Amino acid sequence: MTGAVIVTGKSAGVADDSSFDFTTNVGSLELNTPILTASGCAAAGRELDNYFDITAIGGIVTKSIMLAPRSGRATPRMAETPSGMLNSIGLQGPGVESFIENDLAWLQQRGARTIVSIAGGSADEFGKVAAKLRVAGGFDAIEVNISCPNVEDRGQVFACNAEAAAQVIQTVRRNSDNRIPIFAKLSPDVTDIVEIAASVAQAGANGVSVINTLLGMVIDTNSMRPALAGVTGGLSGPAIRPVAVRCIWQIRSALPDLPIIGMGGVRSGHDALEMVLAGANAVSVGTSIFNDPSAPMRIQNELEQELRSRGFSKFSQAVSYAHRDVDHTFQIAASTDVANHADEDWDFISE
Amino acid sequence: MAPMNSGAIQVKGEVLDVQRAGKYFVMSVTAPGLAELTQPGQFVTVSMGGEESSMILRRSFAIQRVQSRGMYGGTLEFVVSPVGKGTHWLTKLRRHDPLDLVGPLGKPFSLPTKAVSCVLVGGGYGSAPLIMLAESLRDRGCRVDTIIGASTEMKLYGELELKRVSTSLTLTTEDGTAGIQGRTTDALVTILDSAQVDVVYACGPMPMLASVAEESTARKVFSQCSVEESMACGIGVCMTCVLPVIGDDGVTRMLRSCVDGPVFRGDRVRWSDVGTIPDGALGKEVARS
Repeated sequence: MTGAVIVTGKSAGVADDSSFDFTTNVGSLELNTPILTASGCAAAGRELDNYFDITAIGGIVTKSIMLAPRSGRATPRMAETPSGMLNSIGLQGPGVESFIENDLAWLQQRGARTIVSIAGGSADEFGKVAAKLRVAGGFDAIEVNISCPNVEDRGQVFACNAEAAAQVIQTVRRNSDNRIPIFAKLSPDVTDIVEIAASVAQAGANGVSVINTLLGMVIDTNSMRPALAGVTGGLSGPAIRPVAVRCIWQIRSALPDLPIIGMGGVRSGHDALEMVLAGANAVSVGTSIFNDPSAPMRIQNELEQELRSRGFSKFSQAVSYAHRDVDHTFQIAASTDVANHADEDWDFISE
Repeated sequence: MAPMNSGAIQVKGEVLDVQRAGKYFVMSVTAPGLAELTQPGQFVTVSMGGEESSMILRRSFAIQRVQSRGMYGGTLEFVVSPVGKGTHWLTKLRRHDPLDLVGPLGKPFSLPTKAVSCVLVGGGYGSAPLIMLAESLRDRGCRVDTIIGASTEMKLYGELELKRVSTSLTLTTEDGTAGIQGRTTDALVTILDSAQVDVVYACGPMPMLASVAEESTARKVFSQCSVEESMACGIGVCMTCVLPVIGDDGVTRMLRSCVDGPVFRGDRVRWSDVGTIPDGALGKEVARS
């Protein structure tokens, strides 16, 4: 999965002015650099343009957009936790039409590479959002936020069920331009994330975004009630990074060719490198933006230094490099089972 | 379209001084390039605990005053109430300790174009941004009657500074340890009913702002209230600091305190619905069984 690189102790002395190829191919999505913003942490880019040139990173992943305007949940919507935070925003947003007219238009005019994150309460809603985006154009890829409750299935989260996840991805694929890559954003709150990854890949996802937040909860010990109005919330930030690295590792081990966008608590170039070595073809920076609004640009510069100091001359050489001496026979055998299983029967997709 | 908060910048500042003031601390910090851009009512966010800190969220503070101090470039002051881990850490910093600052953030108070009569109402350390506001209003020839109040004398803030820049200053405490026993809104009603008032400016706890807005609007007096909502980012990307505000079109939207505020028109905020998504709010999800 990656070309051999000779890493020696002396390589730390590589001169800064030597050429470095920072481009990455995340499947068919070619990016100038592997650093993206994570959905929900960058709005639609405009607010961050003050703090760094948003066109100088790999791209902006926008906050998940739904079909209609949405007010989100009551406040309090957040609580700080050790090296992280909980949020329960409830997908507040202006709806896809306003998003296309205002946010997407601005990003296009600004010249930023754009990955549009979409959400829905049913596979049908995901499809309608994708269809509106197909008509509008002006973006580079879609990230499908399947960590939404399925209103047609007692609020069961799509991402926690391989069939429901696959159904959403297939609907989005059918309603999107074939040239637009689709990434399924996976939840770590599952028994076997490889099974979900294999299922969405089979259903037409060109890659996966790993990971979404973990479900968590905080009790306010003053009020002695849940701290969030929405009771539970998504845990993000550096606290979850090892979970993200594990998920990326497992998916890369089982599905060596599946493009992966890694995310979850990346705060430094060092953290980003960890994800790249585990198998990420690109890395999104999320909650760290709240801590440091210029974090994506800083992390991009730090990652380049981390790679150079280890003797890499191309970003792509480092992708999955931590797997180089690992025998994945067991994991790959397991994933073949999953793939075979997924092949068996697609009748559940009723459209 | 211009970017949001188009004047805001991120700078490395340095602590100049930390002074105790009753229950609060006044931090003076260098903020080169940032201080010079600040208008009354804007705020600054500060990262907590250093680079490897486990506290990943910045804290927001209303800017009390900015100064140009020769060798330091611009400096600014803000008031900290040490209530949690982050604010305790901050108040223990000493001269020359580094700080990561982002600002000036948010919409400032709208200033009158004519020399009008203004009442300023501050609750607790909400009086801090009124100092810079009062200076600007006095520069414009406005009359500035200021009311500051708190539950008790130790929680009053800014008496000396505000006395210097105000036409009159009224103190209120709920326990009667200083000034008039009662609430700021009692003193506000007295002024509103006895004199010509054109604008009321307020900063303080939500219940106080709700009363200020109610009493002002009932008398057809324009009010501007600076809210304090809990924020994760302060720059408009996290969507945690929202509250229901009625727009020019009559539609209620969940607006962000950090970029659409923190200063809102008192008659536009649905005060009794803060903390909820009220019926009729744009995009309120219909309950599904």
